[in-house]
Amino acid sequence: MKLEAPSSPSAVAVPNRIEGWAKVTGQALYADDVAWPNMAYGYLVRSPHAHARIVSVDLEAARSMPGVLAVLAGPGSTAPYGIMPSNQDEHALATGKVTYFGEPLLAIAAETLRTARAAARAVRVAYEPLAPVLKTGSQQKAAPQVREDAGDGNLHKAVDLEFGDVAAGLREAQFTRTDEFFFQGNNHLALEPHAVTAFWQPDGQLVLESSTQVPHYVQRSLARALGLPEHQIRVMVPTLGGGFGGKSELFPHEVAAALLSRSCGRPVRITLSREDVFYTHRGRHPVEMKVATGFDRQHRLQAMSFESRLDGGAYSSYGIASTYYTGALQPTTYQIGAYRFHGERWFTTKPPCGPKRGHGTTQPRALLEVHMDRVARDLGLDPIELRREILQPPFSVTVNQLDITTSGLAECLDAVERMSGWKERRGRLGKGRGLGFACSSYLSGAGLPIYWNPLPHSGARIAIGRDGGVQVACGITDIGQGANTVLAILAARSLGVALGRVRVTSADTGTTPVDLGSYSSRVTLMAGNALLTAAERMLDLLRQAAARHWQVPAQEIARDGEDFAVLGRDERAAWTEVARWAEADFGPLVTAGGYTPAPPRGRHKGSGVGPSPAYSFSACIAEVEVDELDGRLQVQRLYVAHDPGTPLNPQSVEGQIRGGVVMGLGEVLMEAQAFNPDGRHRGPHLLGYRIPTMLDVPEIEIAVVGQPDPNGPLGAKEVGQGPLNPVIPAVLNAVQDAVGIELHETPVTPDRILRALDAKRRRGNAR
Amino acid sequence: MAESVMRLRVNGREHHLVVSDEATLLEVLREQLHLHGTKDGCAVGSCGTCTVWLDGVPRLSCVTLAKTVEGRDVVTIEGLAGWWGRERPGEGAAAFHPLQTAAVEAGAVQCGFCTPGMLMAGAALLRDTPAPGREEIREALSGHLCRCTGYEQIIHAVELAAGRMGEATPDEA
Repeated sequence: MKLEAPSSPSAVAVPNRIEGWAKVTGQALYADDVAWPNMAYGYLVRSPHAHARIVSVDLEAARSMPGVLAVLAGPGSTAPYGIMPSNQDEHALATGKVTYFGEPLLAIAAETLRTARAAARAVRVAYEPLAPVLKTGSQQKAAPQVREDAGDGNLHKAVDLEFGDVAAGLREAQFTRTDEFFFQGNNHLALEPHAVTAFWQPDGQLVLESSTQVPHYVQRSLARALGLPEHQIRVMVPTLGGGFGGKSELFPHEVAAALLSRSCGRPVRITLSREDVFYTHRGRHPVEMKVATGFDRQHRLQAMSFESRLDGGAYSSYGIASTYYTGALQPTTYQIGAYRFHGERWFTTKPPCGPKRGHGTTQPRALLEVHMDRVARDLGLDPIELRREILQPPFSVTVNQLDITTSGLAECLDAVERMSGWKERRGRLGKGRGLGFACSSYLSGAGLPIYWNPLPHSGARIAIGRDGGVQVACGITDIGQGANTVLAILAARSLGVALGRVRVTSADTGTTPVDLGSYSSRVTLMAGNALLTAAERMLDLLRQAAARHWQVPAQEIARDGEDFAVLGRDERAAWTEVARWAEADFGPLVTAGGYTPAPPRGRHKGSGVGPSPAYSFSACIAEVEVDELDGRLQVQRLYVAHDPGTPLNPQSVEGQIRGGVVMGLGEVLMEAQAFNPDGRHRGPHLLGYRIPTMLDVPEIEIAVVGQPDPNGPLGAKEVGQGPLNPVIPAVLNAVQDAVGIELHETPVTPDRILRALDAKRRRGNAR
Repeated sequence: MAESVMRLRVNGREHHLVVSDEATLLEVLREQLHLHGTKDGCAVGSCGTCTVWLDGVPRLSCVTLAKTVEGRDVVTIEGLAGWWGRERPGEGAAAFHPLQTAAVEAGAVQCGFCTPGMLMAGAALLRDTPAPGREEIREALSGHLCRCTGYEQIIHAVELAAGRMGEATPDEA
């Protein structure tokens, strides 16, 4: 048989990714790959203390080294900046004091990276160490102030929400239960470390090529940090090597590269090391949580009180949003009579936490699902049955004023129950083995932008060239999730052309309409809708041109493949020909569309966090085996169901589900952004911070369920974040099912299992 | 800082390079030869993104000092298709190794940062073990971290490529 080896790129027939060929041949250029002429290398000097006053800085020795082009001390930025408008508390470089181990305070540019590093060793900084602040809440007794610009004490923000009378609901309940949990923080660990090249051009324009998920926000924040008009800054994103939320705001290295470039008049590249990435962080917040629920006689959920306390690290970052998110999405899965939420975020002397896949909803979902499982156990009910009776129905409003459209949650429950053989196998797997269930929900894009404005959340522009090619321009960033491909698919489908005609330009504030960025699972829905509007407008022009050419009413114009034709007549013309008629009639063919979500229903303080045009739903059943002798936990199989609305690119949908599920598996089994008592990261490298390898991943059985959503482009909802959330509590519940232990924190390491088994034995002996 | 002149054969081409004693093979490939396909994910040999073939053996170029590989033969992701073309005389030049095609088709590529290293390891496996079992694939690629895919589609890509390369064997024999 003849070898089916491809001889040309067109042999890649299935366009899973339009850029796939470039990534498998090494041709795709990432931020650290783009070599600019005359480029210099930047390096950041970082704090060797978690908390210290900067007493003196001596840069002379470094400045006089051959090959050193610039050495800058803080603050660098002319105004403080921050992603949330109400929390502008960051500077490029620390001055006065440092508030986490690894905080940048000096920036150096040199001819080579090796020279820049040598210069970093030559600077002299004297510190006066201060006590590190590592705990939150009342455990912070007499702790020194972390942010001296942020009021008294280290409480960053406290928020309260109440819908209905929770106290009465709990008081009058037939059954109540309270559970507490600590969810450990963890890092995104995108394989690509952050990198930027900045060039402050002689004409005053500042150009950056940066590995960011949010070029628009980087442009905005940089304008503030540097006192420049926004239009003088252009932010471009080359191929991005993963984000997961870790590249979602302006970072010190981006500001520093710009400043170094201004100082030395050359483009400056700064690439973070893996260790730097653990200090840059903005990862999952460690959260201490408490939930209390009350159920009535029919096992309806009468009332829920949820408290969370977030360990925010040294800066605000997305913290206010993260805090609200720990209370926002509990009601999207369950009907709750009355709901109360109290959230707090505390400053500590650790790398700042921020958004990671599932932003703020992952931690409370873990506790909520573990809690529901224990309620079912207490009531002697099947945990899936308990939930089935109280699911938030499709096309309904939650207790906290969120509008739910389609929901495949019930189908998710059915699917994992069926795939796992739950009914037949549960309780019959043998010693040390168990099954655990959990479900969850996530946003398809935040209903409100991060800074208030009435403008579209996403804009897309379509141009048709004289060559018949379709040029799509949109500010989205393809962070590896396949966003560019989804836009190409939507453009091809909506215009009725071959995918090969479509070229997508994205992630460039200088040439593409604003899209707010690749966060909150918003891109497919929002940019997709914007693009569909632009496509409708474009088709309208083409139809008009064809109608005029053939002297028929526009409604008689039909499509046959790419061609245009007249209904009932033997007239037809190719796509490119009709495009040329239209260009002759209307001038160069360009249309645009924008998308703004409907305003949220809630009017209360905090109502901006939680609303979304559509929610995805997920469920997971974990099958585990626990070795009671050595505490080892083996996840043998995962069954996952997800409702993404219409799956626009089924292979990418599968990839997002698998990737999210495995990331959740890492969080529950092994990952911990943990610190020593002196505030140092316990292992800022891939041996100290373990993530799942190919050998750690069990078989994962997947069901994609659900209906097209009226608010999604061709019915699509999100898939990038939701499937992570149920995995963690499903594993915890499976461990309880297997060996009868209640776990109260992540990750579930063998030592914690052994301790819980010991405690269980002692309780057993005492009886 | 000491430097020396060294010979290195990269993707079939002979180079004479002035190399710092401290330079890693990864640095030489990326910074001096501008072969940016080989990635730097951790710089300490933990993630696998920097994997290239050294005399046909997958090696971590980030922990390989350049001067220790004087005169040897290196294949990077940019040279994989060329190597495959040379392996099959008479078939003509190839744009892709079958694993590269399979990776795209199987959805094994998301952000793509682990991809070059993963494919170099996978192609070496397929060269040495024409029909690897699932466990062999998992074992061979377990030193390569991927944060996007959850790995299954990568395993599938190797199986897909193995199947196609296997079908070709009788014809070549």
